[in-house]
Amino acid sequence: MYHLYKKTLKTGKLTEPVSVGAEVAELGTACQREIARQFGGSLAIRMVDAGSCNGCELEMHAVNNGFYDIERFGIHFVASPRHADLLLVTGPVTRHMQEALQRTYNATPAPKLVIAMGDCAKHGGEFGESYASCAGVAQVLPVDAVIPGCPPTPLQLLQGILQLLHKH
Amino acid sequence: MSQRQPARVTSGKSRELGQALQALQLEVAEQPALNPSCCRLRVNAADWGKVAEIAAKKSLRFSASWGDHCPPRILIFSLFSGCDGQVLVETALDENHPQLNAQTPFFPAADRPERHIQDLLGVHFSDHPDQRRWTRHRGWAADEYPLRNDFPRAGHPAAETPADSTYPFPQIAGSGVYEIPVGPVHAGIIEPGHFRFQAVGETILRLEERLGYVHKGIEKIAVGRDLQGLIRLAARVSGDSSVAHSWAACQAAEQALGTRLPARALALRAIACERERIANHLGDIGAICNDVGFAFAQTQLTRLRELWQRDNAHFFGHRLLFDYLIAGGVNSDLGAEQVEALLTAGERLRSEVAELLPMLLEYPSLQDRLRNTGVLPPETASRLGVLGYVGRASNLQDDLRRDALYPPYDQLEVEVPAYLEGDIARRVRVRGDEILISIDLLAKLFRQLPKTAIAVPCHATGQQVQGLGLIEGWRGETLAYLRLDAQGRVLRYFPRDPSWLNWLALEQMTDGTIVPDFPACNKSVNGSYSGHDL
Repeated sequence: MYHLYKKTLKTGKLTEPVSVGAEVAELGTACQREIARQFGGSLAIRMVDAGSCNGCELEMHAVNNGFYDIERFGIHFVASPRHADLLLVTGPVTRHMQEALQRTYNATPAPKLVIAMGDCAKHGGEFGESYASCAGVAQVLPVDAVIPGCPPTPLQLLQGILQLLHKH
Repeated sequence: MSQRQPARVTSGKSRELGQALQALQLEVAEQPALNPSCCRLRVNAADWGKVAEIAAKKSLRFSASWGDHCPPRILIFSLFSGCDGQVLVETALDENHPQLNAQTPFFPAADRPERHIQDLLGVHFSDHPDQRRWTRHRGWAADEYPLRNDFPRAGHPAAETPADSTYPFPQIAGSGVYEIPVGPVHAGIIEPGHFRFQAVGETILRLEERLGYVHKGIEKIAVGRDLQGLIRLAARVSGDSSVAHSWAACQAAEQALGTRLPARALALRAIACERERIANHLGDIGAICNDVGFAFAQTQLTRLRELWQRDNAHFFGHRLLFDYLIAGGVNSDLGAEQVEALLTAGERLRSEVAELLPMLLEYPSLQDRLRNTGVLPPETASRLGVLGYVGRASNLQDDLRRDALYPPYDQLEVEVPAYLEGDIARRVRVRGDEILISIDLLAKLFRQLPKTAIAVPCHATGQQVQGLGLIEGWRGETLAYLRLDAQGRVLRYFPRDPSWLNWLALEQMTDGTIVPDFPACNKSVNGSYSGHDL
């Protein structure tokens, strides 16, 4: 136990400041002021992998590490869509995930937001449209914002979510 | 306490398969190799099951099966591995009557590959013990075969593809037996798949996996791409194994086209591959510990992983090393100062890991959850032919970097850590050992970095060619089969992620374990859904 405490103290605080000024997300039609008011700056995210290569998930994990610490903004990942304000969707939406994604959306209480994370979720990315792929989240659900990238970096992801939440 | 196991060889000799088949009066024709470590035999379709029976008797390991539609024939391949390299066996079927005996009765690991071939190419395996579909859900009809040449890339999908609610899971009946369906959307930040548990109280009686949710048609959409496009796609077969898959695809292409790579390009690829191994091991050790509530490890190891990934971005252009490999080499070089900086970062990581690992491996309440949990006995590991750290924790030591040398590993000595117990604790241990071994390998690679070009052009040969790539990625043996046309465009690409084998281990190791230990078992295997579903 002693070694653990010692290591923790020696490691210190890693968390870095994040500027929200950068325009990262491509915002849709959602009214920004309204979002900020409805969620009061706090947000519960349910992620749905709808066919990603897993690159986006790795960077989603990274926003939880000490450097980005997304929870300091009152944003956290939840286990069920029923607890969620926002669906963070990755992947081009495979045909095999189409219904599961739709049901997850239906299970999320309104008001709710959808972010398409990554180039695949944006327009199909490297996988495009095919017998197996729907070519993007917007083909299946109403999308409020897109955070492009292959995958977006943790900083871009964090900035994109904050941008959707705050001001303008 | 467990001991590191000495190096040992469990597989038979792949080169003896041909003779053994001939001794039984089977027709066998040796074909030009598609990879230097791998001989290639053509056999009659009628003997397909027999070949597997003999391969099993010879103690070869089943590695992969796949098909390739070359009208009017469908070629079927199986790759078996031995201690002296691999043997690729192939046969040709009439596209109008594609029927074969299954190899599954002799190799349980052939089950899903054969069902994948059935779903995508319409080959019927007559004595296959499981006639259910596998990769196909309800995205295309039972009589449509996406990998046939006449199937259009766009297919004929409905506006809304219904859920796969009709898949027949076997039931277990009995007093107090209940089912837990989990997924495809899971509770954590993880890929989608379905797990069907049958349990009594807390104890798992049986777990069955249902995958295929992230099938995005990778094999089909590869067709027609140029090499650049192919390697970009290969880097996204499984985002955590970007280097392994792109290297396997590159190697297959370079074998097919007879491209000789400059030594520096090969060394830089190996550097990227070892960096990928370290990043994944760091992240997963933390995540396994976190799954049993030990957040300290998660906090520390995600810190180290983040620093490592930032160096990836700074020195190699991408946090996950996407698109660092290109056909014919790599896309950027390292200067002397950068090499020094990376060496220093490696040493820093070594001292951090050397400090942290003993804390984890000796922490009683953590080890209490990880030892004797999710046990995969060595015999089961061998029977399934599992790969990478999952195999090594059960003393199945196969590692291409040591056993089937490809450059630059032919110039390096690779230590392979192995244990006997086959539990989660040992899988964590193998991965901890591998981080330190990889840091050593990186130091050697950096110090001996050859002074040559970092890429050469890959020229089409003017004729149709085939190649096979075999790379030891962080998850284990990673394969790519490639057929290119006269202009160097892709006619067939098949990537085989190690997860095809390792997913089988998860079903076995959870028998009799308790439901709350499942997440840690799953994370300790960490199969790729994307790399499997294609």
